[in-house]
Amino acid sequence: MWTAILVFTVLALVLGALLGYAGQAFKVEGDPLADKIDALLPQTQCGQCGYPGCRPYAEAIAAGEADINRCPPGGETTIKALADLLGVEPKPLDAELGEEKPKTVAWIDEQVCIGCTLCIQACPVDAILGAPKLMHTVIRDECTGCELCVAPCPVDCIYMLPLKPELDQWRWPNPESRIEIAEDVSLVIASDPALGREAEGRGGKHAMVAPSEVLSGSPRPAGPRDDGSRA
Amino acid sequence: MRFPTVASPHVAPAHDVSRIMRQVMLALVPGTAIAIHFFGWGVLVNILLTVSAGLLAEAAMLAARGRPLKPFLSDGSVIVTAWLLALCLPPLAPWWLPVTGIVFAVVFAKHLYGGLGYNLFNPAMVGYVVLLISFPREMTQWVMPQGLAAASLSLPEAFHVVFTGQLPAGIGWDALSSATPLNLYKTQTGQGVPLSTIQQQPIFGTLGGVGWEWVTLGWLAGGLWMMWRGIINWRIPLTMLGAFGLLALGFHLYDAERYAGPLFHLFSGGAMLGAFFIATDPVSGSTTPRGQLVFGAGIGVLEYFIRTFAGYPDGVAFAVLLMNIAAPLIDHYTPARVFGARGGRA
Amino acid sequence: MSERILHRFPGGLHPEQHKSESNGTPIRRAALPERLILPLRQHIGQAAKPVVAVGERVLRNQRLAQAEGYVSAPVHAPTSGMILAIEEHAVPHPSGLSAPCIVLQPDGLDEGMRAFEPWPDFCAVSPLLLRERVREAGIVGLGGAVFPSAVKLAGTPGTPIHTVVLNGAECEPYISCDDRLMRERADEVLRGGQILMHVVSAERCLVGVEDNKPEAIAALREAARLLGDARIEIVAVPTIYPSGGEKQLIHVMTGERISRETRTTERGFLGQNVGTAVAIYRAVVHGEPLTRRIVTVTGSGMAQPGNWDVPLGMLACDLIEQAGGYRPDVARLILGGPMMGFAMPSDEVPVTKAANCLLALASRDAPADPLPMPCIRCGKCAEACPVELQPQQLLWDARAGDFERAEKRDSLFECIECGICSAVCPSHIPLVQYFRYAKTEIWQRERDKDKASQAKVRFDVRNARIEREKREREAMLARKRAQLAAQKATAEPAPGEGEAAPVDDKQRAIREAMERARARKAAIQGQAEDPPVDKA
Repeated sequence: MWTAILVFTVLALVLGALLGYAGQAFKVEGDPLADKIDALLPQTQCGQCGYPGCRPYAEAIAAGEADINRCPPGGETTIKALADLLGVEPKPLDAELGEEKPKTVAWIDEQVCIGCTLCIQACPVDAILGAPKLMHTVIRDECTGCELCVAPCPVDCIYMLPLKPELDQWRWPNPESRIEIAEDVSLVIASDPALGREAEGRGGKHAMVAPSEVLSGSPRPAGPRDDGSRA
Repeated sequence: MRFPTVASPHVAPAHDVSRIMRQVMLALVPGTAIAIHFFGWGVLVNILLTVSAGLLAEAAMLAARGRPLKPFLSDGSVIVTAWLLALCLPPLAPWWLPVTGIVFAVVFAKHLYGGLGYNLFNPAMVGYVVLLISFPREMTQWVMPQGLAAASLSLPEAFHVVFTGQLPAGIGWDALSSATPLNLYKTQTGQGVPLSTIQQQPIFGTLGGVGWEWVTLGWLAGGLWMMWRGIINWRIPLTMLGAFGLLALGFHLYDAERYAGPLFHLFSGGAMLGAFFIATDPVSGSTTPRGQLVFGAGIGVLEYFIRTFAGYPDGVAFAVLLMNIAAPLIDHYTPARVFGARGGRA
Repeated sequence: MSERILHRFPGGLHPEQHKSESNGTPIRRAALPERLILPLRQHIGQAAKPVVAVGERVLRNQRLAQAEGYVSAPVHAPTSGMILAIEEHAVPHPSGLSAPCIVLQPDGLDEGMRAFEPWPDFCAVSPLLLRERVREAGIVGLGGAVFPSAVKLAGTPGTPIHTVVLNGAECEPYISCDDRLMRERADEVLRGGQILMHVVSAERCLVGVEDNKPEAIAALREAARLLGDARIEIVAVPTIYPSGGEKQLIHVMTGERISRETRTTERGFLGQNVGTAVAIYRAVVHGEPLTRRIVTVTGSGMAQPGNWDVPLGMLACDLIEQAGGYRPDVARLILGGPMMGFAMPSDEVPVTKAANCLLALASRDAPADPLPMPCIRCGKCAEACPVELQPQQLLWDARAGDFERAEKRDSLFECIECGICSAVCPSHIPLVQYFRYAKTEIWQRERDKDKASQAKVRFDVRNARIEREKREREAMLARKRAQLAAQKATAEPAPGEGEAAPVDDKQRAIREAMERARARKAAIQGQAEDPPVDKA
């Protein structure tokens, strides 16, 4: 028995030493995990997670200090990607921090703007153009929709506008979601994307669509749950 | 004018699960009829028992899981599962045996894995293996084929035997039952009896066993018909029977007195039924073209080794279940080559 | 003529043809509607830029919008009239979204102008000029792909084109616009092929036509005989969907398998639809830009199926009305064929260069989507897939949201969206819909990712700038302090003052800043209370 204990002790020591050596010899500079996490975050730099930007939040997740469900702009997609990366179960978004909203961009009403530069200072990505006492304007393509500029504005001239749907950015709806909607309202919204979008605009993904509004839906009894999708 | 926008294509669906299942059932008819002819009404009683218990279990599980009954019950998949299981069970077995088997198959092997389309293992084979392991005595009590048996039972008599366990007056179990040819082959070669001696027993026929050879020919016919109709493709049956037959041939050539030839192996037991009706179950099998070749060959090899060297006389069920485990892995390593891509993109 | 050995692509489907409804009558010319809506983007690539002003009178063939960028195409006026507006209008798209369009009100005079110099002897014109003509005439692939033809004609540098493939397969059910075109204008089709051969210096021209169009094949063969051009070969290919896919057709006729990531020109093939060939012929020989196209109006929901020669921009509802209207039991309107076409939410959209067919289905032919059942992995889809994909695996990926696996392992982007998998699925799963969804989702994620990395760069640069400014300020302060200290040292050193001075300095700065802020705040408030109207 003593030989066994001895053998295992020696083995443990040798392997431990090897591991320790490997840890030193093959050390990766920087924090690759935080980098990977950061790459999955939407980089809105909005601070809704409670950290001053995406990178600090990524570092907090990497350090095990923050949960993965604190990013409202990234929403479900980001949570799922983080869960995959970290090998943990996805969880719903922390509702206290906000909710996943359709993407928006800031727009400054230039008639009202007084050129105070407060929003310029607040913008984390330098997407607002202007100078003191000159009206400001948002560079649409650079705006991340973080809303950080809205609060500092002393004259409330900044509005968050939903992104206009563009033809070449249009997406086919998920056939799965159609089935869910069908179950919710006992109607098939005949996959009319326009209607789907309308519904989304009105109140989130699973907004109820009143039967009268389903211009093109063909009424059908409540669709049974598709066995496949959730089984 | 406004119109509904439904996704393309805008053509009527060309196929239907229930139609496919009906065709599978049709393909089972010749073999089943021959089996009833040789092994008596007990075969039909088994089918009736498993089908009705299977439908009940399916309905109960669907209700429990909050799924719609009609589309799932009417697609015929349970009936095929039940039918296949029944064909593997000894005729005149007590009624609770088929019922237990199919209920286990439907509840555990199918619905607890997520229902139709999600079962990892072939439900019929899970049911069969559970019965084989739990009730070895009942499961090896096969009936003597027509022509050898000293007596035969009518349909009401068969029902009576199945539900009460009592034979009609004047008939003993000895007059009806015997071991299967495969069983005899297994035990007697194990005792060192030369094959030429074993095969002189009346139960051994020209190809396999008496009766068995005709039944397996029935499965072969049904299987070929399904292939012709495009319900199954050639890959799994051919590679399975090919690997199985080649191994049998090799061993037979090595020692003809110890190892039976490929014809005996192919035309006895569950090889044919397994190759065309069980291994081809798409849900639990491999789906990539190259994967199906591996999957079929794997079943053939496993089946031969189980039959020849393991403790059971037949190995189809175990072989299929073992390859079911491997199917996702096989699929993973055998992605299809897409049109025009050179040398595959695995 | 020696028999060509034909090849067979994997999979495929034999849908009901329904060609005879519309291919029996000659092409009719549609009368001018009251309004033409011409989308600025009727092609793949950047939208064209308008070169006319609202209120301007334009002539037929006049350029209304010019190509923007390399992959783009101009838009020309199909008739003379007044530009009413340049505005957003619903366009034929599955989303039902709007896009910028030029609204032209025809004046009924149909007064034309010569857009280009006709070149009847095109062989004497340099390929470069001809290509420029094709571009200037706004010609795009009329088979439905609407890829600017001039870009395709440029080919792949370093790879000579040996074969021009004219695609007259028209494999989608119902559609017969190419069939009628080949029957009635076979000569123009082949002359278009000759121009194409001249432009790319190809050795031969293969015209692929499905053998369900014997009249078209006969007409083409007769025209080829009269033309006496040995380089042209009319090939009757077996009728199987999707033989009209460019790569499928090339495979059938030559045996070449070309994958998605390879362009056909990289292998020496130039594929063009027969309608495009006619458009090229008209642009070169007659100097006409592309302002009209043939549209099949058909289906069980149409009163009088047939083919129409339609000015681009004509609203679908106007065309259908001219064609006799709908049947009362019409239930679905599809742009394109039943396999790949998309159902349109409304018929108030213009006919564009892509519109080969308006298909109206009566309710009996347009069943609502059947209830999808779980996939049983039967593999019917994989057997029928013409590009040898494993749709059942792709479905699994798409449902699980595993787009990376769908793209990398299961070759999602090889999918040509032919719709066969959906059509053969015994569980009635809308497979192709899942793949379209997955594709657009992947594109969206790429855009999001690009946007995120762009934002990250800007964020990092901004932080670096703030950091730098802080450092600079501190450095400046330190320098000033040092200067001050040096001054003090040279001046008479008074005890105690050496420390007091900087503090004083700082406090003064703060005070000044606060005053400024107060003034600014007052100013802000003053302005904020101003009604915005006054400011304007």
